[in-house]
Amino acid sequence: MHPIFTSIAIAGPETVLTLGSLAALMLGTFSAKGKALTVTSLFAVAILALAGFTLLDAPAGMTRAFDGLYVADDFSAFLKVIILAASAASVLLALPWLHESGAGRFEYPVLLLLATLGMTIMVSANDLLTLYVGLELAALPSYVLAAFHRQDDRSAEAGLKYFVLGALASGILLYGVTLIYGFSGSTQLDVIAGVVSGQTERSIGLLFGIVFILSGLAFKVSAVPFHMWTPDVYEGAPTPVAAFFSAAPKAAALGLLARVLVVAFPGKIAADWQQILIFIAIASMVLGAVAAVAQTNIKRLLAYSSIANIGFALVGLTPGTPAGISALLFYVTVYVAMTLGSFLVVLQLRRPDGSPVETMADFAGLSKTQPKLAAALAIFMFSHAGIPPLLGFWPKFAVFQAAIASGLIALALIGFVASVIAAFYYLRLIKIMYFDEPAVPLATEGRSVNGAMIAACALFCSPIGMLAISPLVAATARAAAALFPA
Amino acid sequence: MILSFMILLPVVAALVVATLPGADAERAGRARVVALATTLVEFALGIWLWTQFDQTTAAFQFTENLPLFAPFLNWSLGIDGIALMLIELSVFLMPLCILASWVAVKKRVPEYMAAFLLMESLMIGTFAARDMFLFYLFFEGGLIPMFLIIGIWGGARRIYASYKFFLYTLLGSVLMLVAMLWMVNFAGSADIGVLSRTDFPKEAQFWLFLAFFASFAVKMPMWPVHTWLPDAHVEAPTAGSVILAGVLLKLGGYGFIRFSLPMFPDASAQLIWLVFGLSMVAVVYTSLVALVQQDMKKLIAYSSVAHMAFVTGGLFALNTQGIEGAMVMMLSHGLVSGALFLCVGVIYDRLHTREIGRYGGLADTMPKYALVLLFFTMASVGLPATSGFVAEFLVLLGMYQTSTWATFVLTTGIILGAAYMLWLYARVAYGKAAGDDTRAMPDLSPREIAILVPIILATLWMGIYPKSFQAPMKPAIAEVVARLEGRELATVPTDMTLSPALPAIAAPAHAAESHH
Repeated sequence: MHPIFTSIAIAGPETVLTLGSLAALMLGTFSAKGKALTVTSLFAVAILALAGFTLLDAPAGMTRAFDGLYVADDFSAFLKVIILAASAASVLLALPWLHESGAGRFEYPVLLLLATLGMTIMVSANDLLTLYVGLELAALPSYVLAAFHRQDDRSAEAGLKYFVLGALASGILLYGVTLIYGFSGSTQLDVIAGVVSGQTERSIGLLFGIVFILSGLAFKVSAVPFHMWTPDVYEGAPTPVAAFFSAAPKAAALGLLARVLVVAFPGKIAADWQQILIFIAIASMVLGAVAAVAQTNIKRLLAYSSIANIGFALVGLTPGTPAGISALLFYVTVYVAMTLGSFLVVLQLRRPDGSPVETMADFAGLSKTQPKLAAALAIFMFSHAGIPPLLGFWPKFAVFQAAIASGLIALALIGFVASVIAAFYYLRLIKIMYFDEPAVPLATEGRSVNGAMIAACALFCSPIGMLAISPLVAATARAAAALFPA
Repeated sequence: MILSFMILLPVVAALVVATLPGADAERAGRARVVALATTLVEFALGIWLWTQFDQTTAAFQFTENLPLFAPFLNWSLGIDGIALMLIELSVFLMPLCILASWVAVKKRVPEYMAAFLLMESLMIGTFAARDMFLFYLFFEGGLIPMFLIIGIWGGARRIYASYKFFLYTLLGSVLMLVAMLWMVNFAGSADIGVLSRTDFPKEAQFWLFLAFFASFAVKMPMWPVHTWLPDAHVEAPTAGSVILAGVLLKLGGYGFIRFSLPMFPDASAQLIWLVFGLSMVAVVYTSLVALVQQDMKKLIAYSSVAHMAFVTGGLFALNTQGIEGAMVMMLSHGLVSGALFLCVGVIYDRLHTREIGRYGGLADTMPKYALVLLFFTMASVGLPATSGFVAEFLVLLGMYQTSTWATFVLTTGIILGAAYMLWLYARVAYGKAAGDDTRAMPDLSPREIAILVPIILATLWMGIYPKSFQAPMKPAIAEVVARLEGRELATVPTDMTLSPALPAIAAPAHAAESHH
């Protein structure tokens, strides 16, 4: 068989997603106008599920494809499962909003599929160019999604803002790629690793390249100091889009960051990027916690919360050890469930006049008017705050365990103190829901699909979810080991 | 399996209570019955546990070990005498708390009962955990129901108090968590038994001790991080105060004896000046503050801080009498201050104020109540034949061997304690009623008598025959003391020129060792 066919077979999820998104575009165009959105959305979910199934018979160990531009290993497979699941949830959770808002066009699931394709490529990228292609493929549909509600000025503003800043970040990243290519002679990660470990002296050019790449990727994961777009975009973009942004792309970008740093820059040079990561992690944790205290808009609050969470996740990446990467993957998994759950609750609620909830004051007395949703949101908030026995505590535990095992005790201390500050604003939402008297009774959307997803996420984040720790950590450990060839 | 059952039963009951069907009034009634039945079953199981407990060994008993949450933590349970007695205290107070809230709590009754049942499960779990992270899980998990109890059912400044309680204790605890992670990384095991026998490097012990101290001192609470306690107490509902004073404050002392003393013996010996210093300030300062309080609950809250200073003083005497005294003090304080909060609750339910000036002459209008209050006032002061006397006597006996100065200061605390408690009693029970509404208050109802009498009996039992409570703890305490033996003590002023030789009643074997 021609090598190209072998490669296509290895890149199963990407193949399915490529063909599927094209088919979905056709399906949407040729469906009856009223049904196009629903049909396309369900088709997109089916495609995402099918892409997930192709991961099942993936060969064990690391398999290269496309002349080493692409790898399929346990690491990429694990992240792809998360990305596909989060994307499928994002498609489903948007349906009520799309039907209601009048922005319900079938391109929504198609764009999501394309973005997902870009993300799967990101986590399988073994070459700086594949990385860039994946990143851009994920980013471009995202800009459109942010501006999806085109009648809404804020949505258009969010789209534009995201695009301008995103393009700038992509440019910075690409410049970093050229620097690294210039000073190492290759764009392929393992070849760069060979060159880097052969060097006796520190190469300033290479270091600059790393800094630029880190800056570009920090933008994508919305880590401080490249986080400024996040609150604005989350606030302006339609809520289902913000939910999507907060979940799958973060998982993909963190996975990408981990692979680039661990595979391409091991050994002595690791100490250099560790310093940068320590700074980024501390800044994100602290700023995410402190800035959120003053927020009144629930979406901005969740945006700062995601900034802080990225900081915690980066703590897992900082040591660059298998235990750290495993903790990072565990963190991402739980984070995706927590953040999707929180956004789902926000999406599920309506003001009496049918408009979506925006401010935190809207939640006053929710425990009386909507006890089930309030309980679910309380679970997500306590989980975000990292209070045991909720599941959200254990990813923090895992990343700090990895950090302390590598001697990064000060980092762990600062992180835990930041988590106490963060607990303050998570508690504030609980206080508003449980201690305050109801202002206006909120109605629910009553979509059973979204209700079921909330229940699933809440159950996972509740203490019962602790039973998932053992299998999950076993999987993340296996995935992390794939980055460290024996 | 008994421990797992005791931990899980209240959780299941809480879920049942929270999801009961029916109209509000109906749900409330059912929730009360289910909660009371569950706590009574727990109490019966607790008694059974006591009868089955082997008092001759320091080893953990009723052990279970399931690697449910590997690799992070194991479901590893087991109790020694110290844990047993604190579990007994928890299961004893719990049904009384439910009864005390029977009519006083009117809003959201099912949720209230569910929160208390969760509390019970978390408290038992904290004392029964044999895996350090499992301990942390239960230890921290208790914040959530307590936050909700204060915040939803509390008084006027409940929100401020709930935040303060939560964030104060959380900040202390995360420092401890960092230390725990380091220790497990060092020792390669999270088993408390193993860690208690691990010799950590002396310099590391210093920092580890301080990290654990940050958490336990806040929970205890010790001066100067005690300020959350009066706020939390004043705003919490009566039963919340009882649990807070009765059991949650014991977590700090339990932490010291389970972690700080056996795991960091060198640091403990080196830092007794710190603990003694804070305890001395606490006793005098909080007693003086208690003297000027206008709010009954605040007064008792400050007296709790003073009593807890006796616990820390006794623990860091680092000898058998001191530690045993501290343990008895914790049990005694759990009963007595819990009962005092219940007594305040009784008149608060009638007049809806805790201001001391609004009462008076209760000895005439509520004779039964006045009698009960007098009993617990005396127990708090430490009258012989009550549990308070045994505790204070043992603590002072133990401390005297380590530092006569600290003993001297703590003894003045007893005098001050008598002053504020007796003055409180005089203002509430004697004199003239402050108003017609005060005069019209009915005496104790049969339900209230049923709540208070068991505590009176337990207090007397502990005061007259403390051996039943001390015997199960002796082997475990001996083990802790053995870990501490021969550690280099910090130089504290151990002698006053006037100090006579050690009285002969002190057990001579241990008396000699702790002198340097």
